[in-house]
Amino acid sequence: MGELKTEKHVEYILSVEKRKDDFVSVVMEHLRLNGAYWGLTTLDILGKLEAVDQDEVVSWVMQCQHKSGGFGGNIGHDPHLLYTLSAIQVLALFDKIEVLDIEKVSNYIAGLQNEDGSFSGDMWGEVDTRFSYIAICSLALLHQLDKINVEKAVKYILSCQNLDGGFGCTPGAESHAGQIFCCVGALAITGSLHHVDEDLLGWWLCERQVKSGGLNGRPEKLPDVCYSWWVLSSLIMIDRVHWIDKEKLVKFILDCQDKENGGISDRPDDAVDVFHTYFGVAGKC
Amino acid sequence: MHGIYRKTPSQDEQEASALKAIELRDLQSQFLHLHHNKIYTKEALETSAKLLEVNPEHYTGWNYRKLAVQHFLNHQSETEADSESIQSVLNEELKVVENALKKNFKSYGAWYHRKWVLSKGHSSTDNELRLLVKFQKLDSRNFNAWNYRRFITMLKKISDEEELQYTTDMIYDNFSNYSAWHNRSVLLSHLFEKRGERQSHKESVLEEEFEFVRNALFTDPDDQSGWFYHLWLLDQTVKLEPFLLSSWPPHGSSRSVDYLDGRNLFPSMHSLSKDRMFPLVLYFSEPVEGVNSSTVTIECEYYANEDVIWRPLSANKFGFSQVWFTYLNLPDEVHSLKDCHVKVFVAQFPDIVSSSGFSCSQTSHIVFSLCVPSHDREHAEGQTVPRFSWKDKEFYSHATQSHDASLLRSLHQLKIAEESKSKAASDWSMKIISNEIAHCRELLSSTNCKIGKLTLARLLMAQNKLISYGIPNDGIEVHYEEILGLYHDLMKLDPVHICCYEDESSLVLLKQVTSSMESILRYCYQYGDSTSPRMYPCLCLRLNGLSLSQIGSVERLLWIQMLDLSHNKIRSIEGLEALQLLSCLNLSNNKICSFTALEPLRSLKSLKVLNISYNEIGAHAVNTRRYLCSSPMTHTVENDWNFKEFTNSGVKLTNHWDVFFIFRDLNLIQLDIMGNAVVNDQLKSFLFKLMPSLKWLDGENRN
Repeated sequence: MGELKTEKHVEYILSVEKRKDDFVSVVMEHLRLNGAYWGLTTLDILGKLEAVDQDEVVSWVMQCQHKSGGFGGNIGHDPHLLYTLSAIQVLALFDKIEVLDIEKVSNYIAGLQNEDGSFSGDMWGEVDTRFSYIAICSLALLHQLDKINVEKAVKYILSCQNLDGGFGCTPGAESHAGQIFCCVGALAITGSLHHVDEDLLGWWLCERQVKSGGLNGRPEKLPDVCYSWWVLSSLIMIDRVHWIDKEKLVKFILDCQDKENGGISDRPDDAVDVFHTYFGVAGKC
Repeated sequence: MHGIYRKTPSQDEQEASALKAIELRDLQSQFLHLHHNKIYTKEALETSAKLLEVNPEHYTGWNYRKLAVQHFLNHQSETEADSESIQSVLNEELKVVENALKKNFKSYGAWYHRKWVLSKGHSSTDNELRLLVKFQKLDSRNFNAWNYRRFITMLKKISDEEELQYTTDMIYDNFSNYSAWHNRSVLLSHLFEKRGERQSHKESVLEEEFEFVRNALFTDPDDQSGWFYHLWLLDQTVKLEPFLLSSWPPHGSSRSVDYLDGRNLFPSMHSLSKDRMFPLVLYFSEPVEGVNSSTVTIECEYYANEDVIWRPLSANKFGFSQVWFTYLNLPDEVHSLKDCHVKVFVAQFPDIVSSSGFSCSQTSHIVFSLCVPSHDREHAEGQTVPRFSWKDKEFYSHATQSHDASLLRSLHQLKIAEESKSKAASDWSMKIISNEIAHCRELLSSTNCKIGKLTLARLLMAQNKLISYGIPNDGIEVHYEEILGLYHDLMKLDPVHICCYEDESSLVLLKQVTSSMESILRYCYQYGDSTSPRMYPCLCLRLNGLSLSQIGSVERLLWIQMLDLSHNKIRSIEGLEALQLLSCLNLSNNKICSFTALEPLRSLKSLKVLNISYNEIGAHAVNTRRYLCSSPMTHTVENDWNFKEFTNSGVKLTNHWDVFFIFRDLNLIQLDIMGNAVVNDQLKSFLFKLMPSLKWLDGENRN
């Protein structure tokens, strides 16, 4: 009953890349750089990265860079950490990090660290542990981790650790699989995973698997393919991935495919998008 | 796409969509033009408001509005500060946010903009609270709303008690409100911290909370929210002061120092070395820090306390650890010595602290004695090292030989000193746990609820832990069979999580195995017969074939020199680092997936014989222990390893950094690794080079 329809998904992604004028693309114009990362990485996982014009993509990515060193979601959009990471990741995918002025980008990122170790997403000051992960992941990719105060960054992340073992976006915020991925990822990169109670968090995470085999993001919520990544990846980092049933999860992901037109959706019979296609494919691998 | 059904659009729908797209594209490019040219006229602002109503995720739109407000405020200060017009401008912003939230209730940009406006200090926080109540009635799980509520209550300086009442109301409205339960746990933690020393108050609050959550659990036992909260309450209930659980050497023991430093097993290995160094291990009830030569003092004729350095012995070596150790050195001149007494005083000052903030307030002490036998060591020199065999026939069922029996007896009382258990708090804990066990059983009598069973198993284990600490329990005994039975039921009831239950029940099984002298003797075997001149008879703990997936109860196993864990399902050997006397270890036929999983072995200086054959090293694309191991990958270890001497070993070092990392500090004599996908001839010759002491590898002699 199930296999990954690789060809269809590749076709779907390439079509999204070309399709810039339909409503969905226009409304997501501001995060096209994220979309590029999801789409291109999926192609890479499926072994089809050469289907895109590398130079065209790289040139477009660089045009999204703002004079501050940060990247916006598309040309002309304001800079923000969210898109800066995607830019670095896309360039890394093509092995073209050298086109970056590493000093400039690193300074932009490091400049967003606050006194308490947290990171703002941009000059306007929104703080969220997602941004801590983005900053740490970006700088690790650029080998510039020493530009920030890692100890304080870790301390802030730990202040967002909850009593159920999970992490929220700010201190006191409820545990959520996406935030957990970001915090666990940041702690992993900085060698600080010993602060995590692997059994407690592992149990919270494995309880995200519901009867259908899919994973939800928080207790008593619906399953969603993107959590195949957030939850699965977190479980892998703390060596508890054997606490879920992988076969059932794979079946759920495969059921979310649009077998005719390609692409994967958040749950069976919903509309597909690049975001969920990426997470579905990544989760399956 | 969340909430959008998959279907092929009709012709009309496609045309309508194309029109909408063109409109939006025009609006967006118009907006960007205004933004780049810093135009903040009324018309320009209307354009941005229109954009954010249609597309609240357009984050640059929110940035623009902030710039517009700033622009306005700067001009205001040039004329006279007119608080009414400032307020009206900010109210306009709040309206834009409200419209955006109607479109997308979860828009981070919209919520943050509201927060930004409120931070300016001109807006009504009462309005905000009213709005929040309205929002939360529509969606009580929206965490953006809860976060914003936290922000507003902080601005308004609303007390934690009042907010607690709000969560109570929300929970009564709907028990299945994980967000409200979560918030409740946060507020109560704050309150507990503030109240500080008043334990009795904390106790009465916890009792009320148990009753409160019981309503939820009995009303809808399959809803998870209440059960997670219950787990937190349980954790709060069993928080006690840390204390010393066990030690090596154990209190009251009298050992030959040969036994303590492993000479009895491999005399020929030690005959050339002059130092008599042996480990002293302290095992606490939970991870602590602050163990040093002022909090732990050693009195021994031959040893100066000030020179002692205590180190944490956990896989990560940072800060808090359950196990602390040091090495004691007997000076070279001490050739033959009878009964040197060593006294160790633990917790001289209450500076040993657990990670929950409780300090070890009561001093305990250990007294043991050593002797140095004056036998002639020379006969051991020149002997070839025999190959160690794990075959069944090498092991003899244990006969109660006097010195080993007394050793085991002293271990199984875990007796350090009676005064080292804090009484009052633990009596209350026991009472609550027994209560909860009763309620849980009542619930399970009418419903076959999965988390209920798991909770009962965990409650019984918590009760067992308190009993093992010597807390009076009205004669209740631990029934391991019942607990193991619950896990067995769970594996059938909830097969999706079977490995989670296996991991938890391994710990139960090991507790059972080590619970009494009788039960542990069943697993003790003697290696070789006593007539062998090469080795002293030695005890081996054989825990093979028990379906164990992880290791536990290590505090009772500090005496182990030989351990057989083969034919189990072990993936992680965390815990083994405490077994400082371990010389021979069999991990064959398990589920070890990487060399990094062997990191705990790096702490075992006595390890000589290791069998990791028939595992899964090299068989998996993803290494799930990679980030749990301190290594250059986690930016915790400097990459200054000296690879030069190994450059011609035929192995690509960057691919085998983990082999280098794990084995370079080990002095193994014998290693078995066959049956792992990663093994090949190059790897084997690399291992010979890495460990000069290695004589046997997969049965092949070095020569």
